[in-house]
Amino acid sequence: MAKEIKLACNVIEQVEAICDKHGNQPGELINILHEAQSLHGYLPVEMQRVIANKLGIPAQKVYGVVTFYSFFTMTPKGKHPISVCLGTACYVRGSERLLDEIKRVLNIEVGETTPDGKFSLDCLRCVGACGLAPVVMIGEKVYGRLQISEVRKILDEVSAND
Amino acid sequence: MKTLYIEDLEKIRKSAQAALLLREQSASETSEQSCGLACGTSHLQLLCCGGTGCKASNSHKIVENLQKAIEENDIADKVDVVTTGCFGFCEKGPIVKVIPDNTFYTQVTPDDAEEIVKSHIIGGKRVERLLYTDPKTEKHVSDSKHMDFYRKQMRIALRNCGTIDPENIEEYIARDGYMALANALTKQTPEEVIDIIKKAGLRGRGGAGFPTGMKWGFARTYQAEKKYVVCNADEGDPGAFMDRSIMEGDPHSVVEAMMICGYCIGSNNGLIYIRAEYPLAVHRLRVAIKQARELGLLGRNIFGTDFSFDIEIRYGAGAFVCGEETALIHSMEGKRGEPTLKPPFPAESGYMGYPTNVNNVETLANVPIILTKGADWFSSIGTEKSKGTKVFALAGKINNVGLIEVPMGTTLREIIYEIGGGVKGGKKFKAVQTGGPSGGLLTEKHLDTPIDYESLTAAGSMMGSGGMIVMDEDDCMVSVAKFYLEFTCEESCGKCTPCRIGNKRLLEILTRITEGEGTMEDLEMLKTLGETIKDTALCGLGQTSPNPVLSSLNNFYDEYVEHVKKHICRAGQCKALLTYTISPDKCKGCGACKKNCPADAIMGDVRKPHVINPYKCIRCGMCKSRCKFDAIQVY
Repeated sequence: MAKEIKLACNVIEQVEAICDKHGNQPGELINILHEAQSLHGYLPVEMQRVIANKLGIPAQKVYGVVTFYSFFTMTPKGKHPISVCLGTACYVRGSERLLDEIKRVLNIEVGETTPDGKFSLDCLRCVGACGLAPVVMIGEKVYGRLQISEVRKILDEVSAND
Repeated sequence: MKTLYIEDLEKIRKSAQAALLLREQSASETSEQSCGLACGTSHLQLLCCGGTGCKASNSHKIVENLQKAIEENDIADKVDVVTTGCFGFCEKGPIVKVIPDNTFYTQVTPDDAEEIVKSHIIGGKRVERLLYTDPKTEKHVSDSKHMDFYRKQMRIALRNCGTIDPENIEEYIARDGYMALANALTKQTPEEVIDIIKKAGLRGRGGAGFPTGMKWGFARTYQAEKKYVVCNADEGDPGAFMDRSIMEGDPHSVVEAMMICGYCIGSNNGLIYIRAEYPLAVHRLRVAIKQARELGLLGRNIFGTDFSFDIEIRYGAGAFVCGEETALIHSMEGKRGEPTLKPPFPAESGYMGYPTNVNNVETLANVPIILTKGADWFSSIGTEKSKGTKVFALAGKINNVGLIEVPMGTTLREIIYEIGGGVKGGKKFKAVQTGGPSGGLLTEKHLDTPIDYESLTAAGSMMGSGGMIVMDEDDCMVSVAKFYLEFTCEESCGKCTPCRIGNKRLLEILTRITEGEGTMEDLEMLKTLGETIKDTALCGLGQTSPNPVLSSLNNFYDEYVEHVKKHICRAGQCKALLTYTISPDKCKGCGACKKNCPADAIMGDVRKPHVINPYKCIRCGMCKSRCKFDAIQVY
């Protein structure tokens, strides 16, 4: 479980402003969560309470929606978020083995962030670059036709470029 | 806001037509001669793929560099660079096409831009090394018409992808865009339009294949103060990208079709429900809607009639179950995307309780051209019960990965061996999965089945939305079934027990089998449980989720038995059943395995047989793939 982090006042204000922009309509919840996540990077419980208050709905409703959809996250991402494509096309070209290797090298599981905050690891279903399978994304950059033996080198490079 | 009349539309069409005619002509004619300014060509166009796949390979940089080279050579008035949607040949992307000689450059890098401009555009000499090489004749092929990949294809839903600039409404109009809408609004009654769609025989392309005209007819019968037209763009099948490519390459066809649907069912409100993971498609749709509004195509009193329509975009947030229409509607209302029992069907009570018609992107993309070319034209394509074409995302162990569109009734063999160019690396074909996590595995014996909704279902799979994944002898069918079950378990909304708990149990049994701990009773259990889930689950997701397990059991029972009785995975995929060793007779001590082993598990001196430390080995298979002497044994 992620540590409770107190939200800064300005973040609360900004989130409230997002709710106001959508007319504090409960029907707009998913749009509001999208904007709040792109603002703050993730959706901690505290922020969910702020949104619930503004929309006049129970906090558990917000929590229910946040945990239902895989796009929403309650843990902060690393500086370089890694997404391994587990679409079928990448899977049959070996992306699960790539994932195992990244887990081994970084010593974290899917959904976790390295203790130094540099990398976080996630899976996604289809980047849309099936011609380049298997595909791994680090930040915005797409690494196609990646081999297991290249994983460590690429992670070292990304790390060194900080 | 100004009103756009049909005459205005005609004017825009005429003025934009010249550039498009050039592209259409060069696609229909065959020109062996390459063109260039030096050869007397007065005007050239460079089309560059701007789809997600090619963008991942820096196609936007290619466009930048092309433009830079054109400016540096001072020929900007004679050459246009156009960013288009997907050409379909993703395996060879990024793609740059030269008009008018229809040269098809493959795997272009940003560094090649200058050479293309200098050698081809100015000098009239093709850059041979960037041309496609036919694997059979080993000769260069410059024109896509002569490539096996394109020969059997028929592009209807993808008619504009790779031809027009998706961010330029005029190019869409030049291809008769919005003409179907204009005619429908001014010359046809809603009933007449619905009749044409019915006669054409168009069926839902999202998976189930429900007749579109009938669906519209139902939605029309319900009276309410508001009605909604929803475009289902929540393409959740992992490894499928048909809808995304249509929205990226031809967003206006979706907008136009939604308006036609609105006219037919009596709705003024359109909603597009799209995955937030598709940023480029979202962007292109936004641009399309904005341009349509500015021209007066979206808004009040369209073409001077009393029909008004507008479209809003709603975001999904990554939930496969939201492809199911009742779940999708709940998600649009800001709730958890859980499905509900039908009836009531959305046509009666959908979004916010109002009558709602939900159609998939590809279905909609077919609508305008059916109205333009007529029901007879459309129904002459395809099989008896499945009309028209189907777009497939062909991927996996196949030579030509890409987006293809073929007439219904084409066989799997034609798709895999002619269009797809056969299995990668000359390996043996094992199976092809259609319909994604809801579909099944088809084998060698199904290769000559003509593809349509009924035949695929009869073969134990389904049409689905169009994912088509080819697998070879190195793929373990038990692992593949497990992979799909992992997906379903992750995506199950948890509302009904058969899906929530049943699929979890299926996954546990499959995991046991892949770890060599399965029993023969487990195989029986897979079958009974799978069939029970199919019969009892609430929505389409649960009812189809056991398909990959049941079809692999059906077609590859021996493989399951091998896992259980002999603890063998013949494909070498189930790690718990594998031991890697090096044969000392074959090993030459070249060190390739040692160098590439990510776990430092291989020891040995140069030119002496190496050995693998089984305690360090992570069974990734890297050594086997790198060994040139076939010395790595797996058992």
